[in-house]
Amino acid sequence: MMPEEQQKIPGPEQWFAACRTEDVVLNGGVCVKYGDEQIALFYFTRRNEWYATQNLCPHKKQMALSRGMLGTKNEEPKVACPFHKKTFSLVTGECLSGDECDIKTYPVKVEDGIVFIGVNV
Amino acid sequence: MKVVVIGNGMVGQKFCEKLLSKGIPDLHVTVFGEETLAAYDRVHLSSYFAGKTVADLTLQPVKWYKENGIELRLGDPVLEVDRERKTVRSFEGMSLNYDYLVFATGSSAFVPPIPGVDKQGVFVYRTIEDLNMIWRHAPTAKTAVVIGGGLLGLEAAKACLDLGIKDTHIIEFAPRLMPRQIDEAGSDILVQQLKELNITTHTGKNTAAILGNETIRGMIFTDGSILNTDMLIISAGIKPRDELARACGLTVGPRGGIVVNDEMCTNDSSVFAIGECALHNSMIYGLVAPGYEMADVVATRLADVQKQFHGFDMSTKLKLIGVDVASFGDPFIAGEEAKTIVFRDNHRGIYKRINFSNDGKELLGGILVGDADAYNMLLQVCKNKMALPPDPMDLIIKPKEGGGDAGAGVVALPDNALICSCEGVTKLDICNAVTQQGCETVDAIKKCTKAATGCGGCAPMVKDIMVHTLKQQGKMVRNVLCEHFDYSRQELYDLVKLKDLHSFDEVLDTLGKGDGCEVCRPAVSSIIASLWNELVVKKENAASQDTNDRFLANIQKGGTYSVVPRIPGGEITPDKLMVIAQVAKKYGLYTKITGGQRIDMFGAHVNDLPAIWEELIAAGFESGHAYGKALRTVKSCVGSTWCRFGLHDSVSYAIRIEERYRGLRAPHKLKSAVSGCIRECAEAQSKDFGIIATEKGWNLYVCGNGGSKPQHALLLAADIDSETCIRYIDRFLMFYIKTADPLTRTATWLNKMEGGIDYLRNVVVHDSLGIGEELERAMQALVDNYQCEWKSVVESPELRSKFSHFVNAPMEKDPTVRFSPMRDQKKASDWNKITVS
Repeated sequence: MMPEEQQKIPGPEQWFAACRTEDVVLNGGVCVKYGDEQIALFYFTRRNEWYATQNLCPHKKQMALSRGMLGTKNEEPKVACPFHKKTFSLVTGECLSGDECDIKTYPVKVEDGIVFIGVNV
Repeated sequence: MKVVVIGNGMVGQKFCEKLLSKGIPDLHVTVFGEETLAAYDRVHLSSYFAGKTVADLTLQPVKWYKENGIELRLGDPVLEVDRERKTVRSFEGMSLNYDYLVFATGSSAFVPPIPGVDKQGVFVYRTIEDLNMIWRHAPTAKTAVVIGGGLLGLEAAKACLDLGIKDTHIIEFAPRLMPRQIDEAGSDILVQQLKELNITTHTGKNTAAILGNETIRGMIFTDGSILNTDMLIISAGIKPRDELARACGLTVGPRGGIVVNDEMCTNDSSVFAIGECALHNSMIYGLVAPGYEMADVVATRLADVQKQFHGFDMSTKLKLIGVDVASFGDPFIAGEEAKTIVFRDNHRGIYKRINFSNDGKELLGGILVGDADAYNMLLQVCKNKMALPPDPMDLIIKPKEGGGDAGAGVVALPDNALICSCEGVTKLDICNAVTQQGCETVDAIKKCTKAATGCGGCAPMVKDIMVHTLKQQGKMVRNVLCEHFDYSRQELYDLVKLKDLHSFDEVLDTLGKGDGCEVCRPAVSSIIASLWNELVVKKENAASQDTNDRFLANIQKGGTYSVVPRIPGGEITPDKLMVIAQVAKKYGLYTKITGGQRIDMFGAHVNDLPAIWEELIAAGFESGHAYGKALRTVKSCVGSTWCRFGLHDSVSYAIRIEERYRGLRAPHKLKSAVSGCIRECAEAQSKDFGIIATEKGWNLYVCGNGGSKPQHALLLAADIDSETCIRYIDRFLMFYIKTADPLTRTATWLNKMEGGIDYLRNVVVHDSLGIGEELERAMQALVDNYQCEWKSVVESPELRSKFSHFVNAPMEKDPTVRFSPMRDQKKASDWNKITVS
């Protein structure tokens, strides 16, 4: 957990509408196209929490995290890559499998059934 | 206190770690590294070619140094040391004062002065930069030669294999491989194993010159023979990096190395040397464990506590090119000083030697090649001078079945037995971690003591000690699923059934806690599927399925999927073959015949999967469940319909079996086969359940598998008729599904079962538990409930809509997917190997 680092990032400059809430798999993820970027968007239905991270798993550089499995480790929400089960914190992006490869996270908000992802232009 | 460390290798980094842990007040550490990368794991350097990245190998990221107040100057070697003024000056012109200076400069590859070593295509094997150069050159090479048959040379030869070079040679000057670790007989076994991997060994050979103009073409030896090659890797030993020490007037050995005393102190009391650059008692230690010990000696000394280095046990165990090689104690002692027992199996490639005292009481050393399972135990017996069994041969020949408990050995170890030599962790440390720190998993012990975090070789022993200590405390060692469920899979299976639960969330709310994880989600989903046989991808369960079940296809390198339609018994009509051909052409898929007599189509985008299946289903295909922990295939030989030896119609029976159990979800995949006679062309004895025709009926074999640890199936029942055979299989499979741990194949399940095959036969054939009928009924319910999952998906617009890559651009495919051409088809482009800058 690195709260300072979270705070260092200034608020998103722009929110873009990714999809409708019902488009997202329950307790799972989908991949969102944002220009040339791929963003993994997760709806942790059990916890009623939304998260977004980069879709690229840094371990073997596979566009796969959106197809990963959600879970918790000591209450910390995480996603496991479907390729080799490397897990990442959804809150900080930190790799929880002991490897040195953190992922980028994005803020998410829901308004009127539309899911918005915050990006820096 | 100002400490300057010259060198950021494994030992230099470990020194920083040790120094930080001493809690020295007002500590300023500056590290100068010559390489541009932070210290990385040189022991596992070869794994770089097997797919590991620089990040994987890095010991601690740059930010770790920063967070701990260490100034790390990479790519900035120290050029000059002024011992009078106690300053160093670096390449970038930085001048710095020190109170203490530590040389951890390591070593470089020793390159013998052979004419032509400067030609292109000649490399050494030390750093990641060396590996990158080898990598760039390798595609042009058909043949590779490695000079040096020691540890590193064999690693380099393995790297050549990983790089796809088919013809590799090892040149060793000594009369045998690994001359420091093993004897001639051990080397012979190793040479033989290497030969099977297309690595040719030439011992007792001395290189005279390297041939070629600018680039290497071949080598000529002192015996006049010539070997053509496109690449040469020299790994003929190491040379301590002592040039800086020499220049500033420190004492160095006649053949190199900075001379140190037992405190690792040089002839200047403010200057220390550790690792491969240090010469202690006329000895350079080329292994990492003694280097770590030296680092601890100096760190302890700087904290004003006395500690000395008294040499180090050079026992090692390694897996070289898939072959275990180990030596411990004095591996070579013989003659009048010791007795020796040798076990040699040329057929399986195993050599074991133990040396013990003449009175038969003390183990002095030994060598293991091909099978080093006993290494940890032998090392402990040797180091702790433990009593030998009456017949010392029992130490290396495995006792017959039923004899001895594998974990029992740890009980006899004294508390000060060194279990993890990389990190210097004793048995007592591990016991204390369990009793005082409350560690109850190997992971917790790793974190707490650092045991098993180096080479990892001691992990099984750490686990045995942990389990034993827990048991001693009266704690039950429960086999629970994960942090979210306090039940074993078998308990959960019964509870889910009893409480009639049908979704992961229901199960978690009723029986577990928290929000699940990648361990319990697929395990529970598998239980639900095994119990009710409902559609796995229905909305509330879709995201809890194992990776491949979520999209009903096998995810492959690059993120595309492969498609395997069911071809029961391997029988297929020409018309259906044409449909597969058409589909594969239309969607640009790579096709290959599988090991289970089916056809696999690779490279399908997730978006295309429903359309592909729509066409396959229209032509009469159904899902092959190749993606599931489910029944895969029932292989068959052609049997009595065509074969002149066939006793029964094995194809028809295989089709009947496959259609009965298709879609059956289990703790792991299930494979089966039917052979029409004892010639066994369908290889039924390597399957989870296999059937072989006899004059009188069928023989049913169970619990075999191929895979990483092949195991033959065992005969469950002989000469039974077709109906009885199916009844037994019903019972066998349901019993397995009910009682096995997650991801446990039938073979492992049986190996763990008390009473083994006799117990299983009693349950299945003699119905000793009185559950035979119940098991059959449960199976019949699953059979009746079968539906083709892909048919359900293709027919449902809602389910189909989930098969897209982008949720906000459903028609677009993943633009990052890349293929490369190969033999008129295509393959997934290689793992993207990006190096960190």
